[in-house]
Amino acid sequence: MSGVPLNWYLILSAILFCLGIAGFLYRRNIITLFMSIELMLNAVNLTFVTFSYKFKQVDGHIFTFFVMVVAAAEAAVGLAIILTVFKNRQTLQVDDVNSMKN
Amino acid sequence: MDAFFFLIFATIAVVCAINIIVQTHPISSALSLVGVMGSLAALYLMLGAEFIAAAQMIVYAGAIMVLFVFVIMVLNAGGERLTKRGAYVRLFGVPLMAMFLGLLAFVIQAALPRGEMVRFGGFTRGGPADVGRALFTQYLLPFEVVSVLILIAIIGAIVLARKEID
Repeated sequence: MSGVPLNWYLILSAILFCLGIAGFLYRRNIITLFMSIELMLNAVNLTFVTFSYKFKQVDGHIFTFFVMVVAAAEAAVGLAIILTVFKNRQTLQVDDVNSMKN
Repeated sequence: MDAFFFLIFATIAVVCAINIIVQTHPISSALSLVGVMGSLAALYLMLGAEFIAAAQMIVYAGAIMVLFVFVIMVLNAGGERLTKRGAYVRLFGVPLMAMFLGLLAFVIQAALPRGEMVRFGGFTRGGPADVGRALFTQYLLPFEVVSVLILIAIIGAIVLARKEID
């Protein structure tokens, strides 16, 4: 029963966050971009909980809880926006939603 | 034993996260994201965050992902086409990201050199009672503000997604 180094959790969180960034930059589908954002939020949550373990405080859990609430609100509003965009343009490609570009 | 479970769930999380990026259809990405969230819930449990692990499964893997899958099914937009930059991204992005992660791991290792060990059961104050006590005493005002935020989000989603009546 030796345990796991605390750094492993932080490095895993960094890996997940970077994969979220990579997905956000690489993919062209609005819904997949949204899921990449959720992945990044999850990675940050893991960091919060890890430091909560390190400092033996429950505060990190509270912040994680608030991040979850904000993510739920964001998903509800964001998916409603996606529905509206799809209703108006019949596409989910972010490159096609460029009416503010010029 | 802790390292064994950590490696299993970390591997599942990373493989599913890569799968999110690689898959071309959104529904595959959504199911991979469920895998990431489930393995993260197991890792939370190993860190002693029982309430957060349960909330992760219920709120994230349950509610939010059901919403995602529902929207994907409703829209049924099919696959996506990548831009022409996609090839360059694949060529340069992967090594650059690996380099960045190596650097980041080095920084983390340098910032926390005394490798503290995480043991299952090393932090037992993450249950619902302790989280609730902190939530309703020290963090009462943010909690109420967040409930107003949820209300605003509900109204906003209804306004955005309703059919035009008139």
